[in-house]
Amino acid sequence: MNRQAQAVILFLFGGAVLKASLGDLYLRYVKEGLRPFLIAAGLALVVAAFMTLWYEFRGSRDTDDDHGHAHHEPRVGWLLILPVLGLLLVAPPALGSYTAGQSGSVQVSADSDYAPLPAGDPVKVSMLDYASRVIYDEGRSVTGRRVALTGFVTTGAEGVMLARIVVSCCAADGRPIKVGLTGGPVVDVPAGTWLEVTGKLSTKRGKDPVNKADIAYLEVEQWTPVAAPKQQYE
Amino acid sequence: MTDSLKTKTRTRSVEVEVLAVLLVLLVIFREPIAGLVEGERLQTWTTVFVSVLVQAVPFLVFGVILSAVIAVFVPRSFWAKALPRHPALAVPAASVAGVVLPGCECGAVPIAGSLIRRGVTPAAALAFLLAAPAINPIVLVATAVAFPDNPEMVAARGLASLVVAVLMGWLWLRIGKAEWIRLPHRPDLDGAAKGRAFWSACRHDVVHAGGFLVLGAAAAATINVIVPEAWLQTLAEQPVLSVLALAVLAVLLSICSEADAFVAASLSQFSLTSRLVFLVVGPMVDLKLISMQAGVFGRGFATRFAPATFVVAILVAVGFGAVLL
Repeated sequence: MNRQAQAVILFLFGGAVLKASLGDLYLRYVKEGLRPFLIAAGLALVVAAFMTLWYEFRGSRDTDDDHGHAHHEPRVGWLLILPVLGLLLVAPPALGSYTAGQSGSVQVSADSDYAPLPAGDPVKVSMLDYASRVIYDEGRSVTGRRVALTGFVTTGAEGVMLARIVVSCCAADGRPIKVGLTGGPVVDVPAGTWLEVTGKLSTKRGKDPVNKADIAYLEVEQWTPVAAPKQQYE
Repeated sequence: MTDSLKTKTRTRSVEVEVLAVLLVLLVIFREPIAGLVEGERLQTWTTVFVSVLVQAVPFLVFGVILSAVIAVFVPRSFWAKALPRHPALAVPAASVAGVVLPGCECGAVPIAGSLIRRGVTPAAALAFLLAAPAINPIVLVATAVAFPDNPEMVAARGLASLVVAVLMGWLWLRIGKAEWIRLPHRPDLDGAAKGRAFWSACRHDVVHAGGFLVLGAAAAATINVIVPEAWLQTLAEQPVLSVLALAVLAVLLSICSEADAFVAASLSQFSLTSRLVFLVVGPMVDLKLISMQAGVFGRGFATRFAPATFVVAILVAVGFGAVLL
């Protein structure tokens, strides 16, 4: 791979990273906090591409021995075309119901202290927060409140569940948090549909068939299909 | 001379043209190509592949820039002066020097080669080679980010890798033979202007390390999608097998040290100790490193050094895992 081709690849790679991080695309793959670093890295790649071309065209006039070891240049660099295609052409969706079906629910961690839920009826709660409060706090801080959960539908041996992918670093470590749905109007939408479900604490508990993790349930009052949120991960 | 120049000129123009044609075709056939990635499995594979890369890009780019700064603007003779004269003391000193020098393993191999050329004792240069990619600040920060709930992982990784580097340096002093190392003659960039050398180092390292990173991300995504969770679960439940499995996985995946913590974090079925083994072995022994070492130091060196490092790294990492995790 010669230097001009490398410059083109660097430019495309940097440009793809810039395009993804200037819009919302990067949120499908990494956490929001990485954005400034992604933009800086994308810019650095584009600058490196231009500097390579500049030295290449300036240098080709006076030195020709430089091209003598062009065959030492890494051929493996051609592979950098793949992430460019992945980001610009394919732009794969955020992880969803397939991962939720394949992987076991996140083992929620216990909080030392569950603050009372904020005001609101229904009150919006994250899936992780709800599951943790139900499983470790016996649902005390949720009792008597109407809560609203947002997630996508996943179906399995345990029936219809609401799920959301939890990401601690990037989508490669994404794992689902699942909350079972019980009672109320039957959820008859296909897996992967995003819903906002309002309901109350259910005493029912389940086990995830994949990894035997505890699963909390919600007594459904109503559900409405919603658009997928901008930040699909929790 | 003119003939060879012509051939080279022709190869060059063809490469850029191939790239241009390829890109035009891709833009024209955008829809059917995007449509190929339709099955849920393939879609998940693509998502994981892209996300490993996107996550690693800032670490890769900043690591490469810093290592280019050091390679170009810090005179190499500085290292020979800075290290203690006695080899047994130079080994730990070089390992600690590796701690403050960022850069992934692809950058460390050529640096270690030039250190030996500049008269640094091979044992110290090899300790540096092992320490620099494994325990530099960027890698440790990446590890802390990837294991937000286990800060002890950072300490365990840093200490275990440092110990392996020092042990391997001392082992080389005891039983290593100078003739195992054969450094090929390479034209040096020292004569070039600093700016040119700097951008040349950046370009080369990003394209080289980035290419290997793509391979690693593809392998990681494949393992993520293909290997059934239940199967990993059974493997992960057996302490000895899980350690060996992740050590072999680290060698096969060949992920850049700046990104491997994120992959380790995703292997959440495995015990922390076996994931520590993954993080200690990976930056020191993997497929791309073995091939790079064979290229820079000679095959005779790589066939002895890599297996020895593999065994020492597993033993030390298990020891630290038992104590710290």
